[in-house]
Amino acid sequence: MYKTSIAVIGGGPAGLSAAIEAAKAGAQVVVMDENSRPGGQLFKQIHKFFGSQQHKAGVRGIDIGKELLEETQKLGIEVWLDTEVCGIESNKLLWVVKNKTKSVQVLAERIILASGAIENSIYFPGWTLPGVMGAGAAQTFINIYRVAPGKRILMIGSGNVGVIVSYQLLQAGCEVAAIVEAAPKLGGYGVHTAKVCRAGVPFYTSHTVLRALGENKVESAVIIELDDSWNPIPGTEKVFEVDTICIATGLTPLAELAWIAGCRFKYVPALGGFVPLHDDNMETTIEGLYVAGDVTGIEEASSAMEEGRLAGINTVASLGFYSDKQRERLCNEVRERLDALRRGPFGEKRKTSKEEIITSRKEIQCPQ
Amino acid sequence: MKGLIESMNRIKHHIILGDLEERKKVKIVVDGEEMEAMEGEMIAAALLANGRKQFRYTKRYHSPRGIYCGIGRCTDCIMTVNAIPNVRTCITPVENGMVIETQKGLGKWKRGGSCV
Repeated sequence: MYKTSIAVIGGGPAGLSAAIEAAKAGAQVVVMDENSRPGGQLFKQIHKFFGSQQHKAGVRGIDIGKELLEETQKLGIEVWLDTEVCGIESNKLLWVVKNKTKSVQVLAERIILASGAIENSIYFPGWTLPGVMGAGAAQTFINIYRVAPGKRILMIGSGNVGVIVSYQLLQAGCEVAAIVEAAPKLGGYGVHTAKVCRAGVPFYTSHTVLRALGENKVESAVIIELDDSWNPIPGTEKVFEVDTICIATGLTPLAELAWIAGCRFKYVPALGGFVPLHDDNMETTIEGLYVAGDVTGIEEASSAMEEGRLAGINTVASLGFYSDKQRERLCNEVRERLDALRRGPFGEKRKTSKEEIITSRKEIQCPQ
Repeated sequence: MKGLIESMNRIKHHIILGDLEERKKVKIVVDGEEMEAMEGEMIAAALLANGRKQFRYTKRYHSPRGIYCGIGRCTDCIMTVNAIPNVRTCITPVENGMVIETQKGLGKWKRGGSCV
């Protein structure tokens, strides 16, 4: 059995930030990630991030990823790659399959779960044809593997993922036939939306994909207009000759391990579905099990990193590395930055939803 | 053998990421056909660069499946690799001489019968 002070599950922006914060205080940390390289989805984010200077605004995700990896290395944090965490038992005992081959038990004093999220799908006739894929999958192929998924792409969904990946597909030399949005209004940030707009990509609001056509792969797609009640209007079909259909219809937290551990959950649509309840220190209803990043509700890499720091600070503080005063000061700095990220028309909803999670957690502690 | 590194699907120049660096080439065998791949890249990326989009056919309806999530979660891109079925090709790197087969249904183990 392997023993560690802190086990971090997931080596993306939240997990690495948590590990760095904990290691800075002097704690022994192990980061486990099922992928063959760390960084999570940061290395496919080739666009510049938002926020203030403190949030590394204006820096590309890929460069933030490099910085996190450098710091991880400098602090001597142990990172286990190709390592899948299959279960969390009581007493914080993890069942881990290391290097895809070896079964290992890991006993941790504290666990930080930063397992991220998975893309949602929508289902329509032909959606299983090769050529229909998640927008994030297309992004992985163009920006990391440097292979284009197709020549002409139809994007379903105009949220940030939809518009950012559309723009990156253009940068990769693909053609984006159109962006289809079921809602009457576009869903992404103005800056990213405007970039695709300027590039001449047409948007179809109040439209959805009706079917994908093709023998052995996608050859075309049919879209249809929706009325005020979101019902298709017959006769409004449009056909696009495309070889790829990308689905960008949101994400769902990957919270299986929190379920296995026995955490209490709440269904919050604005955060992407069921999310584990946690307090404002990121501790779940299981003592010593902390969460950070998309697993606690879909946001962005910037807020995931801040939540990671918050979890990191609190785990080491609970192990006695910081006094209450130090912990409060450090936490408040992070909370202020988190608040700044959760402002504006997009951030406000996330802020109230996150507060809902923290309130629900409090109610469990004090049932009256 | 096809000249696959020169595939049209490879993004050789990129305004932000720069030029694609030359990597060592390896050979893989896909359904008996020799193909070129770049060392260390994922099987799915190599196949896509070679113009292959169908990775397996489903058990009941024999309908084709390909890349879907690209991060090893959905298992749509599984193939039989070096005689082992159900390998997630989007997160498994190529190796020189690797034998890759389109998977039919649940796939068959070469030794010890099938897992159907």
